[in-house]
Amino acid sequence: MTPLAQETDLYRADFEALAARRASAEPGWLARRREEAMGRFEKRGFPTTRDEEWRFTSVAPIARTAFRRAVPGPGVRGRAADVAALSLDHVFDGRQIVFVDGRHAPGLSSIEAEDGLEIRSLADVLARQPDRLEPHLGRLAGGRSSSFADLNAAFVEDGAFVSIPPGLVTDRPIHLVFLSSGAGTPDPVVSHPRTLVLAGRASQATIVESYAGVPGAAYFTNAVTEIAVEDGAVVDHYKLQRESEAAFHVATTAVVQARSSRFSSHSFALGAGLARNDVRQLFAGEGGECVLNGLFAVAGDQHTDSHTFIDHAHPHCTSRELYRGILDGRARGVFVGRILVREGAQKTDAHQTNKNLLLSREALVDSVPQLEILASDVKCKHGSTTGQLDPSALFYLRSRGIPEAAARGMLVSAFAGDVTGRVRVPALRAGLERHLRERLPGLQDRDMQEAVL
Amino acid sequence: MLEIRGLHASVNGQEILKGVDLSVKAGEIHAIMGPNGSGKSTLAHVIAGRPGYQVTAGSVVYKGRDLLAMPPEERARQGVFLAFQYPVEIPGVSNVYFLKAALNAIRKHRGQSELDAMDFLSLVKEKAQLVDIDESLVKRPVNEGFSGGEKKRNEIFQMAILDPELAVLDETDSGLDIDALRVVAAGVNQLRDPGRAMVLVTHYQRLLDYVVPDFVHVLVEGRIVKSGDKELARDLEARGYEWLEAPAPAARS
Repeated sequence: MTPLAQETDLYRADFEALAARRASAEPGWLARRREEAMGRFEKRGFPTTRDEEWRFTSVAPIARTAFRRAVPGPGVRGRAADVAALSLDHVFDGRQIVFVDGRHAPGLSSIEAEDGLEIRSLADVLARQPDRLEPHLGRLAGGRSSSFADLNAAFVEDGAFVSIPPGLVTDRPIHLVFLSSGAGTPDPVVSHPRTLVLAGRASQATIVESYAGVPGAAYFTNAVTEIAVEDGAVVDHYKLQRESEAAFHVATTAVVQARSSRFSSHSFALGAGLARNDVRQLFAGEGGECVLNGLFAVAGDQHTDSHTFIDHAHPHCTSRELYRGILDGRARGVFVGRILVREGAQKTDAHQTNKNLLLSREALVDSVPQLEILASDVKCKHGSTTGQLDPSALFYLRSRGIPEAAARGMLVSAFAGDVTGRVRVPALRAGLERHLRERLPGLQDRDMQEAVL
Repeated sequence: MLEIRGLHASVNGQEILKGVDLSVKAGEIHAIMGPNGSGKSTLAHVIAGRPGYQVTAGSVVYKGRDLLAMPPEERARQGVFLAFQYPVEIPGVSNVYFLKAALNAIRKHRGQSELDAMDFLSLVKEKAQLVDIDESLVKRPVNEGFSGGEKKRNEIFQMAILDPELAVLDETDSGLDIDALRVVAAGVNQLRDPGRAMVLVTHYQRLLDYVVPDFVHVLVEGRIVKSGDKELARDLEARGYEWLEAPAPAARS
């Protein structure tokens, strides 16, 4: 038996056990989609660095670990207080749905009703109104899905379901929280959270997805988020990934934008030992606008990989992409940003920038901006730079009395500020800045706190 | 206040300063003049502690302490200030934010209480008038997109805020039109103080029409070859540096 077969066998056994345990019969379409996804996963196995999409990131540590599905039990509940402490204060009260180890935790969630806005657990919708999911689930992230997205589709059980009815403009951000307790079984746990956001015609909403884990806990989060932005809708999406440094995080956010819709993504990757985040966007109609911003900040032995894909399949669409990376210690970062301007997508206006800051000699970043233009009348540009802190700027600050660590902190914060400054949820921005300081040990100097605050 | 003895310094292994002696007392203004490449800016940077400038011999004693043993931030807290010839642009860091951090680091060192935002802003208002700097510039990222003149004014503005005991102005006059020069000079003159010493590094005599120095030194090829009063600056203006250049070591007493 080849090692590859062994790796997928574990998941097959789990898959069969899950099907046997399932209490009520699932609709045929769902069972079929699960089986198809499982079949694709088994056929392809986990990707290797020989796959173009994965050439900078080896997932061997994930493939060779025997993860078990999280089972609800006293272990999880017992640590609810631990995990509750990881979510962002109480600023999202009334708009917060929490999942622990991939399962809805109603006790930690707080949702107030508003004008047809639905914030529910996907499990609840699957149990009671599965047909509502049929047109969407797995359709947006389908096509060229990865092995990990297939695995998620095979095991999908729970996650967030957000439906914003047509015309509803809702100001308060909706917070989707995915916490990992690291408890539940003796083996490391895997969860496959699945989120579906449906933004109806001319609706407007802000969605914040947070992923966090109990510090030191080893687990694997394999998340898929699908977002459908209907005609004229506006969705601002924030993702804050601050998993435990012993954890694995692999996630895909798939977005389909209808005519004249606006979508922004702000992705912050601070945690996990090994993280891979894909944002796959499609302009499915004319006149759309898309902003993809991202910041990865890693230290120690962390590895973080950001892949983005913007698909200009229709004319008169605008995309702006800005990713920044900060790497300290022996950390490794990857940015691969692909923009495809398809034939006929005239008047496309696309900008892409990636800038990386290396804070140590051992840190490393791979940056691959890719622009493929198949239309003639377009305005596109991209650029990528990687550098270190400017020694002249550092000396300038120190020459005014600012301690070296604080001066470095100021320059790093300023570098990150270009992305964090675009966060329009104040509580999130403040939380982010705090987490950034925690994540980059070199910036935790007491002098800095004192000098700056 | 400042005693420099037999100072030798190298940059990238090349010796630039070859035995500088200079004594500056509180309340004095010294001008250091000299042709391009004579080591004027190197001297300024060595005093401020710029990394990459290696002192190979000699000593710099400031207020009785070994200045060369201090990191740059410690020198600043002890009252040393360098106005940069080429002020650095720092995108994303606002002038006021950074100056408040700097001032409070210095005040804390002096045993003074830290200024809160209100007190700091009224200080900013007062000092901004001194150098005629637009308050909107003060709130912008440090030097980013500033004109040459605005950058130099910002240096003098920072000096006014940080209130140093020893200020070294590295070619603060170069690249300024006459109006900007007058503004900068007026700022410097207002900061003249019996407790404060200033060292003006300049290539031209022009600044010294507005800021009258107590002493003028001529630096050529890494050594001070002549010292005098403000009349020496006028001689240099009339005669150039050539008559002083390349002194034979034996000619020095």
